[in-house]
Amino acid sequence: MSAAATTIAHEVPPQAGPRAFLRRLRGGDEIAHLITLTFSALILLITSMLVYELWANSHLSRAKFGWMFFWTRVWDPNFDNFGAAPFIYGTLVTSAVALCLAVPLGLASAIFLSELAPRKVSDVISFLIDLLAAVPSVIYGLLGIFIVVPVMRTTIGPALIHTLGNVPYIGALFHGPNYGVGFLTAGIVLAIMVVPFIISVSREVLLTVPREQREAALAMGATRWESTWKVVVPWARTGIMGSVFLALARALGETMAVTMVIGNAPTIAASLLSPGDTIASTIASQFTEATGDLYLSSLIELGLVLFLITFILNGLARILIVATGRGGGRPA
Amino acid sequence: MSNVRIIWRKSLNFVMLSLTGIAALGVVSILFFILGYLIWNGGKSLNWNFFTQLPKPVGETGGGMANAIVGSLKLLMLAALMGLPVGLLTGVYLAEFGGKTFSFVIRYTTDLLNGVPSIVIGIFAYSLVVLPVKHFSALAGGVALGIMVIPITVRSTEEFLRSVPGSLREGAMALGASKWKTIVTVVLPAASGGILTGMLLALARVAGETAPLLFTAFGNRFWSPGFEQPTASLPVMIYTYAIAPYDDWHRQAWAAGLVLLGLVLVANLGARLLLNRGSAVRST
Amino acid sequence: MKKSLLVVSLALGLAAITAAQNGTVLLNSAGATFPYPIYSKWFDVYHTAHPNIQINYQSIGSGGGIRQLQAGTVDFGASDGPMTDEQLSQSKFKILHFPTVLGAVVPTYNIAGVSGELNFTQKALAGIYLGTITKWDDPEIAKANAGVKLPNADIVVVHRSDGSGTTYIWTDFLAKVSEDWKKKVGNAATSVNWPAGLGGKGNEGVTGLVKQTPNAIGYIELIYAVQNNIPYGKVQNAAGNFVKADLAGVTAAAAADAKNIPDDFRVSITNAPGPKVYPVSSFTWLLIPAQIQDAAKREAIKGFLKWMLVEGQKYNEGLTYAQLPKEVIARETKAISLIQ
Repeated sequence: MSAAATTIAHEVPPQAGPRAFLRRLRGGDEIAHLITLTFSALILLITSMLVYELWANSHLSRAKFGWMFFWTRVWDPNFDNFGAAPFIYGTLVTSAVALCLAVPLGLASAIFLSELAPRKVSDVISFLIDLLAAVPSVIYGLLGIFIVVPVMRTTIGPALIHTLGNVPYIGALFHGPNYGVGFLTAGIVLAIMVVPFIISVSREVLLTVPREQREAALAMGATRWESTWKVVVPWARTGIMGSVFLALARALGETMAVTMVIGNAPTIAASLLSPGDTIASTIASQFTEATGDLYLSSLIELGLVLFLITFILNGLARILIVATGRGGGRPA
Repeated sequence: MSNVRIIWRKSLNFVMLSLTGIAALGVVSILFFILGYLIWNGGKSLNWNFFTQLPKPVGETGGGMANAIVGSLKLLMLAALMGLPVGLLTGVYLAEFGGKTFSFVIRYTTDLLNGVPSIVIGIFAYSLVVLPVKHFSALAGGVALGIMVIPITVRSTEEFLRSVPGSLREGAMALGASKWKTIVTVVLPAASGGILTGMLLALARVAGETAPLLFTAFGNRFWSPGFEQPTASLPVMIYTYAIAPYDDWHRQAWAAGLVLLGLVLVANLGARLLLNRGSAVRST
Repeated sequence: MKKSLLVVSLALGLAAITAAQNGTVLLNSAGATFPYPIYSKWFDVYHTAHPNIQINYQSIGSGGGIRQLQAGTVDFGASDGPMTDEQLSQSKFKILHFPTVLGAVVPTYNIAGVSGELNFTQKALAGIYLGTITKWDDPEIAKANAGVKLPNADIVVVHRSDGSGTTYIWTDFLAKVSEDWKKKVGNAATSVNWPAGLGGKGNEGVTGLVKQTPNAIGYIELIYAVQNNIPYGKVQNAAGNFVKADLAGVTAAAAADAKNIPDDFRVSITNAPGPKVYPVSSFTWLLIPAQIQDAAKREAIKGFLKWMLVEGQKYNEGLTYAQLPKEVIARETKAISLIQ
């Protein structure tokens, strides 16, 4: 560590300034300040370079398609016509499915851990759930291919078609051929992946709700559930929303697990059983294979779109979590 | 209030509370299922060859992933060398020196960088390192992982430095130590347990990353000498072996999955132990 | 300090384990997935025989082979479809094609009650993949399969989702036999905008989807149909005969066109003339820069090519690839000297 510090010190030219500055410099404070400042600035540099590279390298695609890139439903490498619509659709649908499953499950678990379980039990379970968050996404993909996909193909898919598939309106979601891979499968795997984030952040937020709130409700004759659902949860509402946004940001950008189970076809279909593609999975499966310059440029523009989406979502999540009066939570 | 209503409220209470318990149990059992399935499937595929041999030609049974294990270690080392110093020093800046506006900008950028999908980091490293050098390389993969290490390290370092009591700092400064001396000799050691934990967790997180390696570290069927050649890595091997049609490759993918998950979980457990040993300031 | 010592010693240790022996030539290559089994066998055998030469091949798809060669990130590429004139003119350096083995793409299907081989007319295959033929009992399919009871069921069309040489060969065939296909979808390409169907990743993905989905049809490399023991149909060739894909039919296709092969070896042998020819056959190529600055790498590549044309061919049939015709081997051997 000290070696790195000295080399950097040479790179920071000490500007001749007032004497006081020189004295502090000799004391080491300014040097330390400058060194750490330089490294902080490095983060700015990396991030702006990242944005610049995405922007510059997607030039061809942006010049040719303009805003139409977002509406075009065709992804045709043979005629050099590229549109992001199917991938944006796939990204949104899989994330929506994931949240529909993960939010109730995560919130319920968080309520159990913060309101019902004894503190010791709660800590142990939370620890285990944090471990679940550490499982690499390629391992979720591995389990997805060999466990979730076959179960979807043989059991869950047909069951859904025969039951919910016949219900008016929502029947369209569970319609048509069932391949095992598709939006729903990807959504399920994503739900398992993001649920630890929702639990972890929500539990922390729920634990910050003052004791008096609960006791007041109970004293008024409310049941345990009523006090939790009508008093504690609303109190922590914004923080819980923040955890959902964090989960959403992660679901949108998730690559490997989705690529392995979504079926990789640029389709926009109402049925959740249909194969699809997300922005991230398209980049992962086509980036090294893109033959034309415009093809590659379009893939990089997809990357840019994904970056912008997560940029906005992270901002929102941060605002919400800060709004509950708690800093950051766990890094997502 | 009628009796019916009370019974209804009580049963609702019972049902909903039970459901929360079932939900928590369900989530935890997913972890045990994953662990169990990997140990069962990976365990029976794991053998000594897996750790010592190179991959065999396609379709032939046997061989191992020795090169991918070493490749992953190499990538992690590069990521640590590039990412940890930047993360640490930025954390120090934010906790000890930062002004208001600039700190806000840095914190925001760090969060942003943390949220960038790993596949996008992969594109970045490809255009930054691979294209100019005209070589897929371990170095490019290390850069991609290194970038991902930075924001995690920054936030944990800052958090742990901030939780060092102000009285410690004041004490040292009252004895005449300069600010940086105080930081180096008093504050950093006081928070070292937490900071190391953060670093370990950051490395554990990127150890399993696949997407940023697909077009940076690429892959290699042989040993990869030095840092300028493409290298195999465990996560990428799991991906390519899992989607291939060969049963023996599926078997090896399970074994690799078990090894990778083992590494990541051990690192996580180690980090907790380090944190609980007492030298660290406890965080929630 | 202890920690940095640990890091340094770890670094040295890793470097030592993986250090190249002096004089080892490392070649990196990438591309087609179809010849991956034979290539990885060749590179492994060659490495054992010549321990100082190590060829790393990553099967990322034919499109990837072309792209990464053009970007200069690999020493040579591999593709199931030859590069187009446009792709060659876009390259900053001259690229040579070297055919390595021959293969066939077959239509595979999964129809309840139909276990025998179906006959596919050229029109039927084009119609199915264009989405104009949608039922299995369509007259265009039925007339070539007298006696087979075809169901009145919707055809589920399966194609590749990734950039693929298999797709190149398949679409090359369809574009040759169908004007409609040419107009709507275009010429042969590694990725096209499919008028119908769903995508599977890799030959394996398509195989899996067809196996699991009733009334599905897909196109895969012969080796995958053989390995997975699933039915595949006969395809009508230019002479009007229905031919089942096997090594003899593929070699016949290559032999039929051997005299028409241009000097740069970029040739399509789909729908080749001849009564016994299997019409969806193709060479697969290594793409090698005409000029290689690094003398050691140049000699290593030339050495490997010479070995591949003689010794390497012996491994083909064990892995269900057809050998190159004699004339082609003779011409390639001469062409090796073009690498400078």
